[in-house]
Amino acid sequence: MEFAELIKTPRVDNVVLHRPFYPAVEGTLCLTGHHLILSSRQDNTEELWLLHSNIDAIDKRFVGSLGTIIIKCKDFRIIQLDIPGMEECLNIASSIEVFLCLFSRIQVLQALSTLDSITLMYPFFYRPMFEVIEDGWHSFLPEQEFELYSSATSEWRLSYVNKEFAVCPSYPPIVTVPKSIDDEALRKVATFRHGGRFPVLSYYHKKNGMVIMRSGQPLTGTNGRRCKEDEKLINATLRAGKRGYIIDTRSLNVAQQTRAKGGGFEQEAHYPQWRRIHKSIERYHILQESLIKLVEACNDQTHNMDRWLSKLEASNWLTHIKEILTTACLAAQCIDREGASILIHGTEGTDSTLQVTSLAQIILEPRSRTIRGFEALIEREWLQAGHPFQQRCAQSAYCNTKQKWEAPVFLLFLDCVWQILRQFPCSFEFNENFLIMLFEHAYASQFGTFLGNNESERCKLKLQQKTMSLWSWVNQPSELSKFTNPLFEANNLVIWPSVAPQSLPLWEGIFLRWNRSSKYLDEAYEEMVNIIEYNKELQAKVNILRRQLAELETEDGMQESP
Amino acid sequence: MEHIRTTKVVEQVKLLDRFSTSNKSLTGTLYLTATHLLFIDSHQKETWILHHHIASVEKLALTTSGCPLVIQCKNFRTVHFIVPRERDCHDIYNSLLQLSKQAKYEDLYAFSYNPKQNDSERLQGWQLIDLAEEYKRMGVPNSHWQLSDANRDYKICETYPRELYVPRIASKPIIVGSSKFRSKGRFPVLSYYHQDKEAAICRCSQPLSGFSARCLEDEHLLQAISKANPVNRYMYVMDTRPKLNAMANRAAGKGYENEDNYSNIRFQFVGIENIHVMRSSLQKLLEVNGTKGLSVNDFYSGLESSGWLRHIKAVMDAAIFLAKAITVENASVLVHCSDGWDRTSQVCSLGSLLLDSYYRTIKGFMVLIEKDWISFGHKFSERCGQLDGDPKEVSPVFTQFLECVWHLTEQFPQAFEFSEAFLLQIHEHIHSCQFGNFLGNCQKEREELKLKEKTYSLWPFLLEDQKKYLNPLYSSESHRFTVLEPNTVSFNFKFWRNMYHQFDRTLHPRQSVFNIIMNMNEQNKQLEKDIKDLESKIKQRKNKQTDGILTKELLHSVHPESPNLKTSLCFKEQTLLPVNDALRTIEGSSPADNRYSEYAEEFSKSEPAVVSLEYGVARMTC
Repeated sequence: MEFAELIKTPRVDNVVLHRPFYPAVEGTLCLTGHHLILSSRQDNTEELWLLHSNIDAIDKRFVGSLGTIIIKCKDFRIIQLDIPGMEECLNIASSIEVFLCLFSRIQVLQALSTLDSITLMYPFFYRPMFEVIEDGWHSFLPEQEFELYSSATSEWRLSYVNKEFAVCPSYPPIVTVPKSIDDEALRKVATFRHGGRFPVLSYYHKKNGMVIMRSGQPLTGTNGRRCKEDEKLINATLRAGKRGYIIDTRSLNVAQQTRAKGGGFEQEAHYPQWRRIHKSIERYHILQESLIKLVEACNDQTHNMDRWLSKLEASNWLTHIKEILTTACLAAQCIDREGASILIHGTEGTDSTLQVTSLAQIILEPRSRTIRGFEALIEREWLQAGHPFQQRCAQSAYCNTKQKWEAPVFLLFLDCVWQILRQFPCSFEFNENFLIMLFEHAYASQFGTFLGNNESERCKLKLQQKTMSLWSWVNQPSELSKFTNPLFEANNLVIWPSVAPQSLPLWEGIFLRWNRSSKYLDEAYEEMVNIIEYNKELQAKVNILRRQLAELETEDGMQESP
Repeated sequence: MEHIRTTKVVEQVKLLDRFSTSNKSLTGTLYLTATHLLFIDSHQKETWILHHHIASVEKLALTTSGCPLVIQCKNFRTVHFIVPRERDCHDIYNSLLQLSKQAKYEDLYAFSYNPKQNDSERLQGWQLIDLAEEYKRMGVPNSHWQLSDANRDYKICETYPRELYVPRIASKPIIVGSSKFRSKGRFPVLSYYHQDKEAAICRCSQPLSGFSARCLEDEHLLQAISKANPVNRYMYVMDTRPKLNAMANRAAGKGYENEDNYSNIRFQFVGIENIHVMRSSLQKLLEVNGTKGLSVNDFYSGLESSGWLRHIKAVMDAAIFLAKAITVENASVLVHCSDGWDRTSQVCSLGSLLLDSYYRTIKGFMVLIEKDWISFGHKFSERCGQLDGDPKEVSPVFTQFLECVWHLTEQFPQAFEFSEAFLLQIHEHIHSCQFGNFLGNCQKEREELKLKEKTYSLWPFLLEDQKKYLNPLYSSESHRFTVLEPNTVSFNFKFWRNMYHQFDRTLHPRQSVFNIIMNMNEQNKQLEKDIKDLESKIKQRKNKQTDGILTKELLHSVHPESPNLKTSLCFKEQTLLPVNDALRTIEGSSPADNRYSEYAEEFSKSEPAVVSLEYGVARMTC
């Protein structure tokens, strides 16, 4: 299929672009296979380059022969194009709609596990303009991650049982499991867990040797099926006489209902060494609706105070944030304070489970608060762990066609990280911009990192060969400087955030980003960076002078002593 | 003193964590002094509560562990003690009830507080803020405005200051006539003069117009005000009340200006609610926020139903309207409400703050409070409930003003010389009754109390300590921010956690960017000095070497300096740690009057302590 065929009018002159906080720009609009471009052909004005895959929805309207297209992006930005000429406007709009359909159909096809059309997406055409110093596809290999804690423990091993993705289609080829459990047992356990997601190691707490494991729900069904290998596997992680905790991210009620569909939860009788805790983290369309409501509330500047507060409340977004953070704190508390290992799962083990395991690591593990450590965390706990990015991030807050697999699970995770970052502004190596960048790329990107729903799909798509990794770009020194937190000072402690509603504000950097000018805030941030830079400069200078003086003093001393 | 009935010390008292669901507590000893309630826990951490800060004391039903005593403070501290023996609890309860509500001004802390200054220092302190200077700075008197001696002996208006500025063409009979037509005699006078625009902010109380009454002198005075503006002949009259309230006042012979009777006025209601609505709004807000295990939805629905942020936005919108009338239309504005000492003070002072960057400096902000609040008779004593009086007169009007300023500092982080700490400290002292500034309800009353002889002024103490209140990001090129134009879209108004939860440290960020930058700024100054020192020392050394005359005498003269230098250098390498000195409390006051000492210790830790799990974690339930 040629994109050119889809573009009826590739170029329109005298188009006026309206964007939040920029003066209107008049220029030429070009439509290419992957981008919508507006160029004013003047040196000093910025051009607009918008990826088609970033478009969430469009509206069009006409006043006389002047057409207006309103483009709503997945990053919540809304831009407006005034196009002279009804025909041109209609052509442009219909082309954008076709692209929109095409890309959303990709999602549909994707759900039917047809991968071919993904290869039409921009990452397969993108040629980087920078020199790749370090190939991000090889930056975070499971073997390297394993080495980080294999020196501290010999109770775990890497298993290649899923090499062909046959045991669990959503797991990576290499997983970490208890050493005492062989691959045969793993195969058996996989048949007892949702989606074949047998319990694997998520995090090893070096301080006390406790671990976080994650899995899919056990398939106990209504007749209380059990699996000896499963029990053996998770018991293998317990020290003699110790108890562990199973955190089920669903309420007891929800968990019970899943039994009718073959799912379920661990019965006390069969797991006597484990205590089960139910939390209730929402999933799927409830989250998507929450996002839609929140963005709608933020975009309406005419709301009076009461209406704004009640809309903010009704969106329930911050309730989800509180629930997720609370569960993550609970998990971290079990590990660090109770000295107990934990197993976390919900139903599939690909959404709320990953939110909890990854946030618990942010709380517990200083490394995950560094840039590289956080990248490794996303690679390990989200990409390799099989969070279905392609499905979850297919559409954003403006989508009309609500599909049940679309949900801002990853954005909620980033929001939670931001909340912790705000409470511990010096303990993270990265800043808010890093989180915003990850949000943008999860929804629309020139890089292949977030394509596909799991490692198996990424393998089939040959992403490593055909696309560029986001990390290759991010980890260049020039880019990294934008994402580095100037206040960072390594903090080796466990950091416990407050989850009281008074401590959990709205993430303005994401949700109000296009609705208010951040000029004064940005300037203040710059001033802060200046003060810090100046401080470093002065410290360095003092040290040099001090050395110089000391040298002079010893010289004098030597001349004096003989 | 005679109120203290109990043996002043009670041991084995438990201090409960306000938000803990597991009733976590600290055990310690409670001391009742003449001025403070002091709790020292087993880690020797002190909690000082000034009696004047106590808003309410409540004794709850006896429990197995003892008798619970809940104390709510006006600075939003809430403490929950458990006293082992009911008798002790009862004694403390009774003592606090009496100590916290004094009947006479002379019993307030300010009259016994002694910061070890002599009389001339005390007097100098009171002279720090000079309003005559301030009017001069604004550019009055001038050809249009003059100082009136009409109220020199408080004869026309008891609640106004002696010195008032009025249009030059307004004669004394006009002033007297107008004052008789205004509630409490508060006739229109100058509050702020905008030199560039030659436009004025004036203030007064409501006219006694009833349904049809008019007053020629009052009409003349308003005309004189509009004539004093050579650029724009029409003026705005802002009634800061909701229209309905103003109309209801007509039945009582009061009301608002009839546009037909006054030439060249544009009349405008701006709809700020009265003191009673504000009082109950804050009450609701505090109730919601005091809830244990508060859910997000209850928090926001409580925030909404309290109406607090709606009221804050209304005050802000009114101030913006005022500032725009002056900057955009070049028109003078007359502001009033009912008596002209609550909403009028809010709007006039906030409007001036938007217009004039001077008021955004530490000194300028003191001047602003002194002018629009203290001198024009905002009834601090009644509004803050300093004496045992009518609880219906208590209202957080000034707190709202501070909150509006805080919202501005959030939107314009570089426009203010002072930080949030300054606002909190001022809030602390309107209730503390430690200094004379906020005692009494008007200037006349203050003179009668001889406050300048018997008490101290707060301002010199704040100024001396200004390091603590400086905003490290302040941009002194304030021309960039001549007029502030805040955005009042609803989402820009946030709950002010650092005010209403200032003592609930578990709710605060565990590391404070602000403190780190503030300390770094201080450190930079020190480093600059060190560099200069080092450079001159190196130069000296080099000179000596190049001179080539290395006599022993010379070396000797150098040596005494070196050890000094070395120690200072060693010290320097470690000063990355916060400078604790900058966080000292006000000299002379007890260490914890000023909660910043507690705050700062926690905040300035470069590494966070492992904080309690209370908030982090829900209880484990299966």
